[in-house]
Amino acid sequence: MTQLFLEQALNGLQFGLMLFLLAAGLTLVFGIMDCINLAHGSLYMVGAYLVAAAAQAADSFWIGLGAGVAGAAVLGLLLELSLFRQLYKRDHLSQVLATFALILIANEAVRIIWGAQPVMLNPPEALSGPVEIGNFFYPAYRLVIIGFGLAVAGLLYLLVAKSRVGMWVRAGASNREMTEALGINVQALFTAVFVFGTALCALAGGLLGPLLAVQVGMGESVLILAFVVIIIGGIGSIRGALVGSLIVGSVDTLGRALLPTLLRALLPADAASTLGPALASILIYLLMAGILFFKPQGLFPARA
Amino acid sequence: MSHRLTVLAAALMLAGAAHAADQIKVGFVSTLSGPGAGLGVDIRDGFNLAMKQLNGKLGGLPAEVLIADDQQSPDIAKQTADKFLKKDKVDFMTGIVFSNIMLAVGPTVFENKTFYISANAGPSQYAGEQCNPFFFNVAWQNDNLHEAVGKVVQDKGFKNVVIVTPNYPGGKDAVSGFKRYYKGKVAEEVYTKLGQLDYAAELAQIRNLKPDALFFFLPGGMGINFVKQFVSAGLSRDTQLFAPGFSADEDVIKAVGAPMMGMFNSSHWAHDMDNPENKRFVADFQKEYNRLPSLYASQGYDAALMIDGAVRDVKGKVEDKAALQKALEAKRFKSVRGDFKFNTNHYPVQNYYLRAIGKDAQGRITNKTMGTIFTNHADAYVAQCKMK
Repeated sequence: MTQLFLEQALNGLQFGLMLFLLAAGLTLVFGIMDCINLAHGSLYMVGAYLVAAAAQAADSFWIGLGAGVAGAAVLGLLLELSLFRQLYKRDHLSQVLATFALILIANEAVRIIWGAQPVMLNPPEALSGPVEIGNFFYPAYRLVIIGFGLAVAGLLYLLVAKSRVGMWVRAGASNREMTEALGINVQALFTAVFVFGTALCALAGGLLGPLLAVQVGMGESVLILAFVVIIIGGIGSIRGALVGSLIVGSVDTLGRALLPTLLRALLPADAASTLGPALASILIYLLMAGILFFKPQGLFPARA
Repeated sequence: MSHRLTVLAAALMLAGAAHAADQIKVGFVSTLSGPGAGLGVDIRDGFNLAMKQLNGKLGGLPAEVLIADDQQSPDIAKQTADKFLKKDKVDFMTGIVFSNIMLAVGPTVFENKTFYISANAGPSQYAGEQCNPFFFNVAWQNDNLHEAVGKVVQDKGFKNVVIVTPNYPGGKDAVSGFKRYYKGKVAEEVYTKLGQLDYAAELAQIRNLKPDALFFFLPGGMGINFVKQFVSAGLSRDTQLFAPGFSADEDVIKAVGAPMMGMFNSSHWAHDMDNPENKRFVADFQKEYNRLPSLYASQGYDAALMIDGAVRDVKGKVEDKAALQKALEAKRFKSVRGDFKFNTNHYPVQNYYLRAIGKDAQGRITNKTMGTIFTNHADAYVAQCKMK
């Protein structure tokens, strides 16, 4: 029983931390630049493809991860300079239209370059088995993912809460005009934040590649979850993104693990087997609705 | 002058339509992108290989195969099928991989009185009460391969089994098929979302249940991820894996590799089956695509041969639906799986074999046929079918 509980808790943590890598970039871009970036999921997909391609070329997962993330960051820089810079001043509808177009372009481009079938990315050989601590088993690769997630969360905390750049970012999130009036080069700041967000996306894509599948359209489903996370956490807040990610990750994992079993005790087997998975997948949205009812600005609103 | 030529050409075309068709059109809708793409690609490649061997003709007539990707979405599949039926006026349809998509597209095809030759999806609905003269399945009824695994698990004496399958019509058929022949304890039936790729939560649950055997039906990318994650969680030490041939064929073996060794699975076809049709198919497939064919490829290949045989039998008069139906029912082709016949519900009555994954003479990890599980096995729904 302890094994089950601990394993599910780690699963929830692992899923939550990966969502955090995505949500962190999204919430900064949305909160500070007031720009809705629907193509955030596409950057995650392109990042995963770049990591997979680099890993295959170098025959090493870690070199591939580094090269892929760097490549995605360069792509993010080019996108910001060419397209997003024009979008910040536009209304939300223009942003949605432009970034939706980016999703379609990215999906087709990936289909043309890498084909429609998923690309295989394998974890390093040493991490392909389980870690054993006494009677407790857990996949080694998932532990590494958790390690990466915690490291990034810690780094972001130091960066945002303790550094001067972080102070500018927080200031920009709570009052953009005033920050500009104080003489901060907001344009350069925006570029840096956007590139950083893209790199985090690609890191998540590369790390999840061996667990999931690197394929066209992988960004869309995860984008919806990332939006749920930042809405729960409060738009523009890194702390909110972290808490929101962990809540969504745990609720999703526990819902999938416990609901079908619970329902089976109450309902006939065939009804439970249909209702359980369906309920588990709407649980996150119920949670979001509940939190928004009590806290319409999310848990940690940046512009309180 | 050119105007008069056009009129002449149009008149000739009209005259042609009244007699035998001058061209056979096949609408091929399949899943060619996303996690299920491997299946659709193999069916397509098998179908195309047969077309190549037949010099691009079906039943001696020039043929055109229109290929479209349904992206594993019932809506997109239905739209594409509508276009094929109404605009392109195809003579046959085939290619669909997933049963939920088949059930969404079926009514439109049958209403249009077009024959659908299923090279994969074999939902229980179309085998029983909703059986239809215009539906043929050249592969199997969904339950069949699972029934065969159920029998093996029962015969090998396993007592405590967990079942994992996606929550869709094909998954439900898998569970009922398996349980029809496995009579021991089922510790848990785990239903996942169709297309799910991360099985961490389910694997933790399975570890807690400590089953001695695990039966999973997760076609395509789902199965690839499941087996990889099952092994990396260390579950393979205490639990024996069983699967239908879908989750243990070349597509999955290629992606997972060594962890698959020793896994038992069931199939109606295997690449090492000893008959001249199969030897030619396997050799040509490897030459053409540089990989071993999967059971999906064999099914696509058979679908093309089945259409070819029936069109030849009616001498190209595909407009005569009653004659065409008779010709299809008579199975005028030699299948790569050896002999079989169609039941009254247009599903096959055939043998099912046990395969095990191991290394072959060339050191490749692949399936090896171990023996016969069922001989001339029919599906469980045929009694409910009142073919009109």
